[in-house]
Amino acid sequence: MLERSLRRALLCVCLALAVGSIQAREAESASANPELEARMMAVAGELRCLVCQNQTIADSHADLAVDLRQQIRELLARGQSERQILDYMTQRYGDFVLYRPPFKATTALLWIGPAALLALALGALVIVLRRRQRLGDDAFEADPDTDTHTDNHENASHVPNR
Amino acid sequence: MLMLNVWTVAVAAFSHSLPRAFVARIIGVLGLVAVGFLLFTLITSNPFERLLPAAADGRDLNPLLQDPGMVIHPPMLYMGYVGFSVAYAFAIAALLSGQLDATWARWTRPWTSAAWIFLTFGIGLGSWWAYNELGWGGWWFWDPVENASFMPWLAGTALIHSLAVTEKRGSFKVWTVLLAIVAFSLSLMGTFLVRSGVLSSVHAFATDPRRGLFILGFLVVVIGASLLLYAWRAPKVGLGQRFGLLSRESMLLLNNMLLIVATGAVLLGTLYPLFLDALGLGKISVGAPYFEVVFGLLMAPVMFAMGIGPLVRWKNDEPGNLMRRLRWALPGAVAAALLVGWAAGRIGLVATGGLALAFWIVTSLGIDLIERLRPSGMQTSVLARWRLLPRAMLGMMVAHLGVAVFAFGVAMVKTYETERDVKMGPDTSTELAGYRFRMLDIRELQGPNYQATQGRIEVSRDGKVIAMLLPEKRIYRVQTNPMTEGAVDSNPLRDIYVSMGEQLPSGEWVVRVQHKPFIVWIWGGCLIMMLGGGMAASDRRYRQRQTQSAELPAQAAGAGGVA
Amino acid sequence: MKARLLWPLGIFLVLALFLARGLMLDPREVPSPLIGKPAPAFSAPTLAAPERVLRKEDMLGKVWMLNVFASWCVACREEHPVLMAYARTGGTPVYGLNYKDKREDALQWLKQLGNPYSDIVFDAKGLIGIDFGVYGVPETFIIDRAGIIRYKQIGPITPDVLREKIEPLLKELNA
Repeated sequence: MLERSLRRALLCVCLALAVGSIQAREAESASANPELEARMMAVAGELRCLVCQNQTIADSHADLAVDLRQQIRELLARGQSERQILDYMTQRYGDFVLYRPPFKATTALLWIGPAALLALALGALVIVLRRRQRLGDDAFEADPDTDTHTDNHENASHVPNR
Repeated sequence: MLMLNVWTVAVAAFSHSLPRAFVARIIGVLGLVAVGFLLFTLITSNPFERLLPAAADGRDLNPLLQDPGMVIHPPMLYMGYVGFSVAYAFAIAALLSGQLDATWARWTRPWTSAAWIFLTFGIGLGSWWAYNELGWGGWWFWDPVENASFMPWLAGTALIHSLAVTEKRGSFKVWTVLLAIVAFSLSLMGTFLVRSGVLSSVHAFATDPRRGLFILGFLVVVIGASLLLYAWRAPKVGLGQRFGLLSRESMLLLNNMLLIVATGAVLLGTLYPLFLDALGLGKISVGAPYFEVVFGLLMAPVMFAMGIGPLVRWKNDEPGNLMRRLRWALPGAVAAALLVGWAAGRIGLVATGGLALAFWIVTSLGIDLIERLRPSGMQTSVLARWRLLPRAMLGMMVAHLGVAVFAFGVAMVKTYETERDVKMGPDTSTELAGYRFRMLDIRELQGPNYQATQGRIEVSRDGKVIAMLLPEKRIYRVQTNPMTEGAVDSNPLRDIYVSMGEQLPSGEWVVRVQHKPFIVWIWGGCLIMMLGGGMAASDRRYRQRQTQSAELPAQAAGAGGVA
Repeated sequence: MKARLLWPLGIFLVLALFLARGLMLDPREVPSPLIGKPAPAFSAPTLAAPERVLRKEDMLGKVWMLNVFASWCVACREEHPVLMAYARTGGTPVYGLNYKDKREDALQWLKQLGNPYSDIVFDAKGLIGIDFGVYGVPETFIIDRAGIIRYKQIGPITPDVLREKIEPLLKELNA
């Protein structure tokens, strides 16, 4: 009796071992909560590592970065939002820690600048072109028929070449 | 120094067809620039200082730099930066002599294109290297030093296009000269930003404020003098030929304007922390979140214009005609973008926008090509018409195609890349994006100057093994920081990227597996852009002696058409 | 006509001025946003006697300095003699924040080099440090009677810094 169940048990163990070696064990996620981890990395990607030469807290291996990532995990677990966590960090480390500069009086030029530059440049372009339109023909060089004719080609349009 | 001398010799060698006085001035300017750099080397950065007593093992090269890619990346960048000094020298020589005409632009173009090609290569190589070597799969960080190389590239691209107008129509010469000065100035400023320690950067290797001061002094002298010369001599230059509000010329000007605004935006973002700090207004950081939004939004109109510009006629065109030719392009591009998004499993707004712009450029190129190859008039065969297409034009199409390919890669990777961090030991596996990653074992091995822990990871899809990846964690003997060596399996459709994180107390390792669709299209796009530039620069007309075109604007005004 | 063409030069010269000024600044030094704000509340065991707890409230009503240190910190060794000398003068009390350290290591370190601190808070995980915005060691905070942070020293205190910045401020706060 005992012999038979023992043999059966042994057979099961052998089978289990055999199966186990055919199929690899499924690797566990590196973190206990992958979804929280992903959210943490998203927030950490917005923050600057203060002891590194220009890296995010998400990418850095420095001790402080590891500590702050842990802190972000805990804050997220407590239900804080990304905005609240970024505020938490700025309270302690200042605006320097944000890679996306906040919009305030001192950074207004930074955020509005590109759009203003674009408007300025577009405006300048339009003004210069209009001004040129109004000038008489003698302000310009005559038009020697250089190789522009190969770039303008008959198939392209019905506007005569000159 | 070597680069500068290489370019100077090249200019001297290849300029038989230019008037000697002109060449003399160019070589002179290049010589002065060389003097400046020589002084810099002697006074502040003497690489020949002796170290006594000699170090036993040396300090070893930073392990990050121990890679073939890293050997080529800086020289290529410098070939680019210094290459712009040729365009600059041409500009200064033209200002000095007062001879500023279409011919001048024709001589300058190939040199500028060549410098641009090298700079494209240097930047692309740096990005590709960072992706392969740094272990976390990123390829662009908007780091100040990266931006310092990107700004001359943007200005250089504007310069290439501006030279096209000046060459073809003699127009906007003053602007082109200014642009040549600006491109070279940005190269010099790049040198300053990298070496001075003024901005915090991962590239900050040998920063030294004393060097910084010297470079700044050099900058002020060179750029200040150039801009002064510009202000003094520029009014004497004429307006060139006339063109309409909607014309190839005005489109190229729009391109210039947009690219310069983009350059300005990158400059603003890069230097803004410095501005605030210098004014005592606090310390901020400006990083990828800012640049991605701002630059992305500025590039959209550039890419849109790229689809229109090459189709617009020189001198004058009609909007109605243009829209007729392009009427299928925009809906076609958007449809293609939506199709790709659907096939990839998710349609995102930004992704669709980026993809649509990429397809828009390609569609427009297609239309342009078809129109030119369609038989009409005397030439009836497609092949005969193909042969007639100037190489410079094909180069332009290829380069623009490169931009579209690049944009496609960026849009796909940023939207659809996935990753997973898992704990792996021998005989564990995980799955990502339809691929199964099975770690066979982990072993220790000795490299020439390092000790490594190597994971052996078998990658398979649908049961078939497709790759064996060998990521490593290395500890170099001299500089003991651990280095992550990622392992990549690459093909045109996707990269599979595996890297080791840290070792856990259980003996297992944290392993990151990443799936990056179409990422090689990013660097493929750069290569295609370079090819296009090469084709454009080697067009035969640049090697001809000057046969036509007015010498001085005043004389040409009354002369009428020249054969 | 000519004035318009001088704009590029003008813009460049302004830029050069900023770059020159930048050479004198350190882009990696992070000023504290807590200056002029109340010190963060803390309540933690002391280093020598873990059963005793030191809290921020205990410190109200007096001017004091908080010096962040650790036994593994090389620069702290440089600073230590300056602190020892200062402590001997019997001026403002200096409290220590033992940051991310092991108890035995820190106690050993103090036994070897001397103990300038009136008391020491043990911050094993560095959480108090995070609240104070500590990003490197050593750092020192000067806190007034109302519990407001008035000054932060980043890096070791040198005799020059002590003489020129810290002592004048302490005199003013203690008055």
